Amino acid sequence: MNGIIDLTVWQVALAYLFVLIVLFIVRIRNINREKEIILSSVRMTLQLILVGYILVYIFRYPNPLVTVGIILLMEAFAVYTIFKKFKAKLTRPFKNVITLSMAAGTLACLLYFLLAVVRVEPWYAPQYFIPIAGMIIGNSMTGISLGVKSLLEGMTTQKALVEEALNLGATPRAASRNIIDSTFDAAIMPTINSMIGMGIVFLPGMMTGQILAGAAPTTAIAYQIAIMLGILGAVALTVIIMLQLGYRTFFNKEDQLNDL
Amino acid sequence: MFEFIDVKFKDIIDLPALCIEKGKITTLVGTSGSGKTTILKLMNKMLSPTQGVILFNRTNLGLINSVTHRRQVTMLSQNPAMFEGNIRDNLQVGLKFQEKDIPGDNVLKGILEQVKLNKPLDSPVNNLSGGEKQRLALGRILLFNPEAYLLDEPSAALDDQTEEAIIEMVTGHVKDNNKTLVMVTHSKAIAAKYADTIIEIAGGRCSGRRGHDERDH
Repeated sequence: MNGIIDLTVWQVALAYLFVLIVLFIVRIRNINREKEIILSSVRMTLQLILVGYILVYIFRYPNPLVTVGIILLMEAFAVYTIFKKFKAKLTRPFKNVITLSMAAGTLACLLYFLLAVVRVEPWYAPQYFIPIAGMIIGNSMTGISLGVKSLLEGMTTQKALVEEALNLGATPRAASRNIIDSTFDAAIMPTINSMIGMGIVFLPGMMTGQILAGAAPTTAIAYQIAIMLGILGAVALTVIIMLQLGYRTFFNKEDQLNDL
Repeated sequence: MFEFIDVKFKDIIDLPALCIEKGKITTLVGTSGSGKTTILKLMNKMLSPTQGVILFNRTNLGLINSVTHRRQVTMLSQNPAMFEGNIRDNLQVGLKFQEKDIPGDNVLKGILEQVKLNKPLDSPVNNLSGGEKQRLALGRILLFNPEAYLLDEPSAALDDQTEEAIIEMVTGHVKDNNKTLVMVTHSKAIAAKYADTIIEIAGGRCSGRRGHDERDH
């Protein structure tokens, strides 16, 4: 078996049968979700077609500026997604902290992963840079979102305890220590759990893709192990930076709790 | 010890001049919502004035580090929050926050006796009543040995007999150790019996001040 079976347009069209089945089910069960199912299927199709053509162009004419530009675009989109999710609950300084921690955490891990672990040549090789950046930035975005949610909840539900701690002469850092610790836990546990089930419960996407493309399973596994560790590092690093700087934005310079 | 000069806090407090003397017992009295608690919070820097200056030992409080200040001027709030764990954890927690040495169980038991809380150190705090929590919180700040105590209705949840005993103990401790005590109280009897100075607060303003010799007879 050499290479991969090319799918024709008609073969891909056959896969839409699954959408028809889902539409049939929701209709007979009277679940009002037909519009969303059609919209999401169409969006997914169009977005992937567009990305496919863009990637064909980028891979054919590799350019460091284009690679860097795409990474920045991904970062910006990830940060925007986090802001949108929490809307008005984020203060200006906390937004700055989220942006900084996403950029610093993901870029540090991405560069280490590509230049020290995989050692790509040239350094900006888009077929490595872009998918791996996608995985690292995407997972970090999920981690930070969980972290921001847990930190906001902690600072709201445990406000009385934080205030009592300040009253008893605690520094803001000591007063928020429990919240910071449980937030780190909440943000990093999904990544750790996914590592536990990996290879047994499911075969991860990147590994599956490489095997389908004809790579030896051992090579695919080596990549998958490395990227999982890279993702773990990136999620942990972004969340730690976010927490170390972020908790302070809940206090003013007089070490008093800001109104939420 | 404290001097308020043209202090305003939002539209809650308006105090052109207020002085709290060092080494004395001062009580703040007034109806609920009159701003007494806010005045205590301004004194331990849990709040900062929106206008004016508060002097602490003749230094502008705005220039003093808030955390250092709160370790010298300790406030007991009306509904003190309890931390997870047992009575021992809750007695030790403040000392841990202040990075001070943790005393042995004998000292902790002595404190419980002082605040009339007859419970083992291992009892979980969830089972305590409101009054017991208030006394535990009082015991927790007595361990700090600060310069000044700011107590917000320290006996609100206690029966008359316990109230009398607790106030007697606190005021005695303050006098014996030459500390300063500022206490918000609803009880005119307590204010009259123990205070060197009684300050009446109404609508965020000082509406009366009586010294030791001018008290009601």
